[in-house]
Amino acid sequence: RNKTTCLLKADIISTVEFNHTGELLATGDKGGRVVIFQREQESKNQVHRRGEYNVYSTFQSHEPEFDYLKSLEIEEKINKIRWLPQQNAAYFLLSTNDKTVKLWKVSERDKRPEGYNLKDEEGRLRDPATITTLRVPVLRPMDLMVEATPRRVFANAHTYHINSISVNSDYETYMSADDLRINLWNFEITNQSFNIVDIKPANMEELTEVITAAEFHPHHCNTFVYSSSKGTIRLCDMRASALCDRHTKFFEEPEDPSNRSFFSEIISSISDVKFSHSGRYIMTRDYLTVKVWDLNMENRPIETYQVHDYLRSKLCSLYENDCIFDKFECVWNGSDSVIMTGSYNNFFRMFDRNTKRDVTLEASRENSKPRAILKPRKVCVGGKRRKDEISVDSLDFSKKILHTAWHPSENIIAVAATNNLYIFQDKVN
Amino acid sequence: MSQKQEDENPAEETGEEKQDTQEKEGILPERAEEAKLKAKYPSLGQKPGGSDFLMKRLQKGQKYFDSGDYNMAKAKMKNKQLPSAGPDKNLVTGDHIPTPQDLPQRKSSLVTSKLAGGQVE
Repeated sequence: RNKTTCLLKADIISTVEFNHTGELLATGDKGGRVVIFQREQESKNQVHRRGEYNVYSTFQSHEPEFDYLKSLEIEEKINKIRWLPQQNAAYFLLSTNDKTVKLWKVSERDKRPEGYNLKDEEGRLRDPATITTLRVPVLRPMDLMVEATPRRVFANAHTYHINSISVNSDYETYMSADDLRINLWNFEITNQSFNIVDIKPANMEELTEVITAAEFHPHHCNTFVYSSSKGTIRLCDMRASALCDRHTKFFEEPEDPSNRSFFSEIISSISDVKFSHSGRYIMTRDYLTVKVWDLNMENRPIETYQVHDYLRSKLCSLYENDCIFDKFECVWNGSDSVIMTGSYNNFFRMFDRNTKRDVTLEASRENSKPRAILKPRKVCVGGKRRKDEISVDSLDFSKKILHTAWHPSENIIAVAATNNLYIFQDKVN
Repeated sequence: MSQKQEDENPAEETGEEKQDTQEKEGILPERAEEAKLKAKYPSLGQKPGGSDFLMKRLQKGQKYFDSGDYNMAKAKMKNKQLPSAGPDKNLVTGDHIPTPQDLPQRKSSLVTSKLAGGQVE
């Protein structure tokens, strides 16, 4: 493995997340690094440019580890980043790899103290014998410095691989979910966590499903959901019992037995679950579709959107090259009227829930210039391919858009295409 | 449960009992794809889910290191006075037990992410 390959692999973006105001955008990558972008203030001089995102801070969040006791190689890849709501001048975010969650504080320093008594301006200690007077240090302006410091490390609580973290609406607790268990943490306490879900069977031979994603309700701090590899979602209420192994609600779409195939269970595995901002709906992503569920109706989703149904006739090769196990995420826009998810060939899809219209766009430098309007793409399934269309067989399955994010209130989206980050904004009139 | 180093071919993992491959008329595209898969891998079990498959998923990252074997291999090497340019793979016990040197170099990423250096377009 040469150095170039290593660099490229480390650059693969593994998570993207706006903070609660949309001022900051964080990305995590396979190399364990976090890069934070900040939206520049809109100035009167540059009216034609909406606030653009520039690099604000970058730091190494996680390092690779080897657990000698369990003979486990622990990747430094950042699986998820979640921001805390801002409560003072500093920004706080949670970042996690497979095993350890960390709370990072990102703060600005634009002043520094000068005029120490015991140190000179370069920081060298002064000989106390030469000090004859005392002075009061003063704060002087300096070039803005953004520093990131790890404030808490939440380790050793997960036997299996962490797939999700979610900050609770009480801002005091958060949860971390692995394949079989979900733990509840208090931000102040790192040496203890409460186990709130445990689906590990007594006999591992009886294992039939794993937890794939989990999230707290946006307003009700006692409620959370988790999804499974069997295509089901469970809603749990922490007031009901300390261990939420028994769900309050169970969401599952009945399957037509005549449609069952070898691939049915694999493609029904939910890769992401997200509450709507309103808290009334949940959205789930499985291999071929995105579904919207009403929390009040457990027996089927209220909406189903086909992301790339043409892949049904490719399942055999997608199973052989492991693409069928790709975990796509999905996001809501700020008003819950549009949902977005990624696909292959650097395509991503948006569905308008009201108009029922959908669009396929491409995140690629070759096919769009900066500031150009994106052209809708179309995949053709049948024989006759029109000029602009791309045929299913020409799709590049190594170019997958797994991670996207939508600004909390504006039409700005961030799309991660392997090792590139694209930020798209609504057209300015 | 065989404890091999992770092999990215799930088809071999799920092969349990031999199944007669039935010729299924592909009314559904999935059924046609299923028939294709079974033609390629006749020993594929009926249920792709199930504990073997999930266990493989849970064991991601598993690499086996036995300090006893490693130290014995090191001792053998010393006796044979081989140059210390790296472990002789033949001295490692078994095919699948790596020594720390055999594990891919996991140096921390000292290079800044390209996102941090690049211009935003």
